[in-house]
Amino acid sequence: MLKIAVLGGRETVMGFKALGLDVFPASGPEEARETLRRLARDSGGQYAIIYVEENLAQYLEHEIARYKDVPSPAIILIPGREGPLGLGQSALKAAVEKAVGTDIL
Amino acid sequence: MAKTAVTPTRMVLNQLKGRLKTARRGHKLLKDKRDELMRQFMDVVKLNKELRKKVEDGMTGAFASLTVASTIMSPEMLEQSLLYPRQSVELGMTFKNIMSVNVPQYSFRTRNNDPSEIYPYGFAQTSGELDDALEKLARVFEDMLELAQVEKSMQLLADEIEKTRRRVNALEYVMIPELEENIRYITMKLEENENSTKVRLLKVKDMVLQKAHNYE
Repeated sequence: MLKIAVLGGRETVMGFKALGLDVFPASGPEEARETLRRLARDSGGQYAIIYVEENLAQYLEHEIARYKDVPSPAIILIPGREGPLGLGQSALKAAVEKAVGTDIL
Repeated sequence: MAKTAVTPTRMVLNQLKGRLKTARRGHKLLKDKRDELMRQFMDVVKLNKELRKKVEDGMTGAFASLTVASTIMSPEMLEQSLLYPRQSVELGMTFKNIMSVNVPQYSFRTRNNDPSEIYPYGFAQTSGELDDALEKLARVFEDMLELAQVEKSMQLLADEIEKTRRRVNALEYVMIPELEENIRYITMKLEENENSTKVRLLKVKDMVLQKAHNYE
């Protein structure tokens, strides 16, 4: 059976732990990068969805981009405690731009 | 502009004509594929936009409640309360084929289906805000799953559209004009050869006739 991972600051992921998701608190970008790599590559596709908190994701652009074109895992940005940073929106924009050639939104 | 050296023979001409026909058909098919992908993509984008907004709003609300809870309760207490989940989620994944793009479809099963069963703590020592936060989070979670599915589909579709668009353009602006150019070149060359043969024959005929008349 597949699992869902949540990667983010300790306070953000706490709530998701209660929902029964696998949470991976990370205190800094370096740790987050390490964890993401472990989750996406070394777990043998165990994690189908990885939610990453936005304020960590901004440092992990390179890692996240690598999994954009493969069917699994799906790396989805979620807002942190400070509210949405607009990174999720800009990912949407980027996809539209890639497909259409211009930003039509 | 015949970049590639083509030998102006009838055989090559026939081959090129065949290739042009295939290229034209491929171009038409790919163009149709691109249009249909684009239509699907626009639907997905719209859905994604809505879902993202819903998830972001929902999570902001949940976190606000959580913040309130954390001001009322001590951090240790809060962490302890959430440490051992009673709920667990199992995820299933199948693939759906949209225009030969495989996009994931998720289905999930929770261990406890009763919404009041999700709280992993006794109510005596925790604040009501925590219950509130968890309930909101649980509610937003379903949207989060759908968001994951839609966003992944969107990324995969975008990638496929980009590829298809490149192929269409390569066919339309490179392959097909080049083939046409080569075909024109060969046709002209063949005609030229034919003309020169004809002229040569006339010339020879003249010479032969002259020779014949002079002798007589």
